[in-house]
Amino acid sequence: MRRLNLFVPLIIFIVLAILLGLGLQKETDELPSALIDKPLPNFSLPSLENAEQLLNQESFKGKPYLLNVWATWCPSCHAEHAYLLKLAKMGVAIVGINTKDEVEKAHKMLEETGNPYIGNIVDAEGKLGLDLGVYGAPETFIVDAEGIIRYRWVGVVSEEVWTQKLAPVYFNL
Amino acid sequence: MLALPVNAVVDVREFDSEEARARYYKFIEELRCPKCKNQNLAGSNSPIALDLRRELHRLIDEGKSDDEIVDFMVSRFGDFVLYRPPVQENTYLLWAAPFIMGFVGLSVLSMIVIKRRPKVATVNSEDNPDAKVEELLKKIDQNNNEA
Repeated sequence: MRRLNLFVPLIIFIVLAILLGLGLQKETDELPSALIDKPLPNFSLPSLENAEQLLNQESFKGKPYLLNVWATWCPSCHAEHAYLLKLAKMGVAIVGINTKDEVEKAHKMLEETGNPYIGNIVDAEGKLGLDLGVYGAPETFIVDAEGIIRYRWVGVVSEEVWTQKLAPVYFNL
Repeated sequence: MLALPVNAVVDVREFDSEEARARYYKFIEELRCPKCKNQNLAGSNSPIALDLRRELHRLIDEGKSDDEIVDFMVSRFGDFVLYRPPVQENTYLLWAAPFIMGFVGLSVLSMIVIKRRPKVATVNSEDNPDAKVEELLKKIDQNNNEA
């Protein structure tokens, strides 16, 4: 019995090591959004395409879409732009939130590199981004036909991310 | 602790009262920056921390209560933003853990103490100090006699 007691610290150590090891494997980068399964926050902001037109949380209701937070000052947004264009060609509806950006620069980028968006919300002060709990562009939400947020992806949307994370949610709506 | 002064980010903010200022500083210490994970709002330079400090200042300015401010943050960023998590179903274990560990530690400690006690008790002098003294005196007497 005495002898066995000597192994207690070792056993505790092994159990702890396994638990902590498992903890390290978990993706901690991904924060669950507080807004999953909640409706889009209310807003009333101008459209990038037509400054006269005000958009709100109802504007894109009717079918599921990706809500993509982007800006010209955000390098990762440029990185995902090409893939967003591909998705748009595939028929995926993407709505942009142009956050804390300058309208002219945003227009220029879309003209030069192509426009994957069916519409863009100009969030100059970042108020909508804040209400959505966005903490860094790019972020992409999946919004269903009723305007309920179903998924949130923080970071670049690549082919891998689309096929593994976003598409399963998007096509199940 | 030594690193604190280095961490502090200075914003110039005006407050209606000292109480509002104190609340602001309490919140930026206790709210966690969503982007940088291991820093509070006070310590982070990231744009989101800046935005949240500005929002916090606005909320305090508007006379919002502590609960309303916490609700505002949690409804957007989740419980993650709170360095002091609320006591709720999924945090019971977290809050109970120190007490459980303390209890386990105390149990182990008392077990060790109880186990050791008999060894101390084998020295008979504890039970009857007088007897021990007499015994010793006798021995000395004997020794003296022999000498």
